[in-house]
Amino acid sequence: MARITLQNLRHSYLPNPSGPDDYALKEIDHVWEDGGAYALLGPSGCGKSTLLNIISGLLVPSEGKILFDDRDMTALPPDKRNIAQVFQFPVIYDTMSVYDNLAFPLRNRGRDEKIVRERVTAIAEMLEVTSMLDTRAANLSPDNKQKISMGRGLVRNDVNVVMFDEPLTVIDPHLKWKLRSKLKELHQRVNATMIYVTHDQTEALTFADQVVVMDLGVIVQIGTPVELFERPAHTFVGHFIGSPGMNILPCEVRDGGAFFRGQPVTLEGPITKIGTRAEIGVRPEFVSLADSGIEAVVRKASDIGRHNVVEVMVGDTRIAAVTEGDRPAKGDTVHLQFRPDQTRLYADGWLATEARG
Amino acid sequence: MKTVNQKAWFFVLPVLVLVAFNALIPIMTVVNYSVQETFGDNLFFWQGLDWFQQILQSDRFHAALGRQFLFTGLILAIEIPLGIIIALSMPRKGFWVPVCLVTMALPMLIPWNVVGSMWNIFTLPDIGLLGYFLNHTLGIPYDMTQNPVAAWITVIVMDVWHWTSLVVLLCYAGLVSIPDAYYQAAKIDGASNWSVFRYIQLPKMKTVLTIAVLLRFMDSFNIYTEPFTLTGGGPGNSTTLLSIDLVKIALGQFDLGPAAAMSLIYFAITLLVSWVFYTLMTKNDNT
Amino acid sequence: MKPRYLIPLFYILFLLLPIYWLVAMSFKTTNEILSGFSLFPQTFTLENYAAIFTDPTWYWGYINSILYVSINTVISVAVALPAAYAFSRYRFLGDKHLFFWLLTNRMAPAAVFALPFFQLYSAVGLFDTHLAVALAHCLFNIPLAVWILEGFMGGVPKELDETAYVDGYSFPRFFVQIFLPTIKAGVGVTAFFCFMFSWVELLLAKTLTAVEAKPIAAVMTRTASSAGYELGLLAAAGTLTIIPGAIVIYFVRNYIAKGFALGRV
Repeated sequence: MARITLQNLRHSYLPNPSGPDDYALKEIDHVWEDGGAYALLGPSGCGKSTLLNIISGLLVPSEGKILFDDRDMTALPPDKRNIAQVFQFPVIYDTMSVYDNLAFPLRNRGRDEKIVRERVTAIAEMLEVTSMLDTRAANLSPDNKQKISMGRGLVRNDVNVVMFDEPLTVIDPHLKWKLRSKLKELHQRVNATMIYVTHDQTEALTFADQVVVMDLGVIVQIGTPVELFERPAHTFVGHFIGSPGMNILPCEVRDGGAFFRGQPVTLEGPITKIGTRAEIGVRPEFVSLADSGIEAVVRKASDIGRHNVVEVMVGDTRIAAVTEGDRPAKGDTVHLQFRPDQTRLYADGWLATEARG
Repeated sequence: MKTVNQKAWFFVLPVLVLVAFNALIPIMTVVNYSVQETFGDNLFFWQGLDWFQQILQSDRFHAALGRQFLFTGLILAIEIPLGIIIALSMPRKGFWVPVCLVTMALPMLIPWNVVGSMWNIFTLPDIGLLGYFLNHTLGIPYDMTQNPVAAWITVIVMDVWHWTSLVVLLCYAGLVSIPDAYYQAAKIDGASNWSVFRYIQLPKMKTVLTIAVLLRFMDSFNIYTEPFTLTGGGPGNSTTLLSIDLVKIALGQFDLGPAAAMSLIYFAITLLVSWVFYTLMTKNDNT
Repeated sequence: MKPRYLIPLFYILFLLLPIYWLVAMSFKTTNEILSGFSLFPQTFTLENYAAIFTDPTWYWGYINSILYVSINTVISVAVALPAAYAFSRYRFLGDKHLFFWLLTNRMAPAAVFALPFFQLYSAVGLFDTHLAVALAHCLFNIPLAVWILEGFMGGVPKELDETAYVDGYSFPRFFVQIFLPTIKAGVGVTAFFCFMFSWVELLLAKTLTAVEAKPIAAVMTRTASSAGYELGLLAAAGTLTIIPGAIVIYFVRNYIAKGFALGRV
C-alpha cells in the first residue's frame, strides 16, 4: 500500500536522444493516490505501456524518479517493488495446476503453506474459479487463463499496486463486460491501487475513478470520466473520447469573441489564451438542429437506436450532431445551434476558455 | 477443422510412389534374403527363420547391440543437456545471433566421411592438434588406434562435436518463441532462475526436445560413416557399432542371409525404441 | 559481455578447432605434415589445391556431388509440396498412418539398404548415374521435407485459400502465385535441409556409383587408401567440401531458428 509519485520522468529507447521526438515519454509528473482505481488511456504508441513498465521496474527510465511513498524505487528490480502486473496476453505456467499457478507468487516469497492456502482459496472464490483449482492451467479457455493471470496479480495482499496492460485484448466481446465488472468489484474488495492501461475508452471510463489520458508521450488530461467528457482539456481528449468525438472547428478570434466562417459563436466564458491556431470545440450531443443559426447541408443521417447521428457540411468543414426525433434527409439544408455553456475555445489544442460562474 | 477430401490422395501420390520405390522394394529384397541361404550363382535355398534365430543368439550381435546402446545412451546423455545449456546462454537478439547459428550449424554440413577424416587428422598422436596436445603438452598417453578407451572417447567427442548443434538449434528455436511477457511476469512473481527454467522454458521447449531426442536417437542408432572413417571399428571390435558390423557381414563376408535378418531385427529395434520414446514424451499432452 | 556468453563462445571454439586443423593441414606440404607438429603452416602452399583442380577425378567428384544433390533437392521439394499441402489442409483415408509411415523411413539405417539399393538400381539400369543417388536420397529427404513443409503450411490460415477461391483463382494459380510466396521461408528451409542431408551422406552415394557419378566423398575415401598417406591432399579436399554447405547456410541464416521450431511431432 503506497502512494506512487513519478517525478520528472522521461524515457527514450535510443541510447543518445537528441530532440523531444526521440523520447517515448516526455516529462511525466504524476501522483497515484493509494487505493485509487486509475485508467491510463491513449492510442497505441502513446507511451502508456512504457510508463507502466517503468512503474513495475521492467524498464529503468532515462531520467526522473519513482517514489513509493517516500522511498526511491527507481533502480529496484520488479520483484523488490512488491507490485503485480497482468499482461495483454494471459501468462500462465502451463505445467502447473490452477492452484499452483495462483500460489506461485506467494511460494516464491516463502510464505507459509497455510497462508498460501487461505489466500488462494479466497482469490479463487472472488474470481469464481474454485471449481478449476485442480485442473491443469494449460487446458483452460483464454478468458479463464486471463482470470488466473489476474488472480496471480491479486493473490498477494501487500502489493503496492496492481497494473493491467490491456488485459481484455484476447477476450471474447461477450465475456469482456463480465471480466470488467469483476475487476471493478475486486478493486472495491481488495482495496489496492490499480492502474488499468487501455486504448478502449469504454473500458477506461467504466473501470476507473480517475482517467489519465496520454498522447505522444505526455499526459494530456487527468480527470473523472465526466470531466473528460464534458470539459476536455485538449482537442485530442475531445476527439478521442466520445463517439462520435468532439467537433473541432477552425475559427477566428477577434474582439474577444470567436467567429466560425464569419459568424459569431457564443462561448462558455471569457477567452484566457490566444495561440497561433484557434479552434472551437463542441460535442455532437450539444449541437442541435434549429430554425436559425449556421447554415449547413446534410451529408448523412443515421439512426443509431435512441438517437440520430446527423453529419452536416458547412463549406468543407464536417460537423456531427446527435439529435432526437425526425431525421433530416440527405441534401437538406439545416441550421445549427451550439449550446453556449458547452462550447469552448482551444488555442493550439489546449483549452482556452473559462467556465462562467 | 480440416475438410475430408479423398482427392488429396492425388497430392500425396508422387511422394508415395517415390518413397515406396525406395523403401518397399529393398525391404522386400531384404526379407527375401533373410529367409534363404545362398552359395552364389543366384542359387537360393529356403532357410525359414533360422537366420533370425542365429542372429538373436549370436554373441557377436549382442556385443554390437550392447555397444550401440552404450554409444547412443552416452551421446544422448551428453548432447541433450549440453545443447539445452548452450541454447539457454545464447544471446536472443542482435548481430551475434546469426553468427552463432551459422558457425554452430557448420559441422552438420560437412560430409560424414570428411568428419571422420577430419577427426582422424585432428587426433593423430604426433601431428594432430589434439593428439599432440594430449601426448606432448599434457603428457597423457593417447593413441586411439591402440587404446579402446581412447577410441571410445574420441568417437563420442566427435559425435558431440558433430551433432550437439542440432539440439542447440532446436532448443533455441523453442526459446525464442516464448513471448517477453512470460519472463516479465516471472520477474514480478519473484520467480528464481531455476523456476523460470523449470516452469517456463522447459515446458516451451518440450516439443522441440522431443524432436531432438528422436532425431538424435534415430541418427546415432544408424550411424556408420563417421566412426567407420575414424576408427574402422577398432581397435579390435571395440567401436564396431551395429551398422559397421552389418556392413562387415553383408559386404565384407557376403553373408547375405544373416545380414538381411540382422537388418530387419535392427530396423525393428529402431522403430520400437523410437515409438517408446515418442509415446513417453507425448503422453502428458492430453491429461 | 555477460558471463553466460562464455558458454556459447567456448562451444564455438570447440567446433572450430578441428575445422581449423583441417584447413591448416591443407596448406601444408606433405613433408611438413610428416616431419612433425606445427600449429601454423610453416611453408604455406597451394599445391594440394592445385592437385585437386587439375585432376579430373577430383574435380568431377565435386561436380557429381553437386549435381545429384541439386537433383535430389528439386525432386524432394517438388513432390513434398503438394503432399504437405494435402496433410496440412485435408483429412483423407489413412492420412495419419501414411504420415507416420513416411517418418519411419527416416529411421531406416542406410546400411540396411545399401545392398538392396545396389541391386534395385542396377536392375532398372540407373546404376552409376546421378539420378540413382538423387532418387535414393529421396528415401530420407522426402519424409523430412513433408514434415517441415507441413509445419510451415499449418501456420498459414485456411482463410487465405478460401479468399483466393472466392476471388476466382484456380487451384494451380493460387498455389503458385499466392501460397508459395507465403511460405517461401519454409521452402527455403526445406531445400536447405534436403541439400544438407544429401550432401553429407556417403554410404548410399558410394554404393550406387562407380565411375561416372562418383561423389567427392567417395573419391576421398578411395584416394586415401590407394595413394597412401596424402594427408595434405585429403585435408584440401575436405576443406573444399565444407564450402558449399557454408554458402547454403549463409542464405538461410535468418530462417534456421524458425525452420527448426515449426516441425511438428
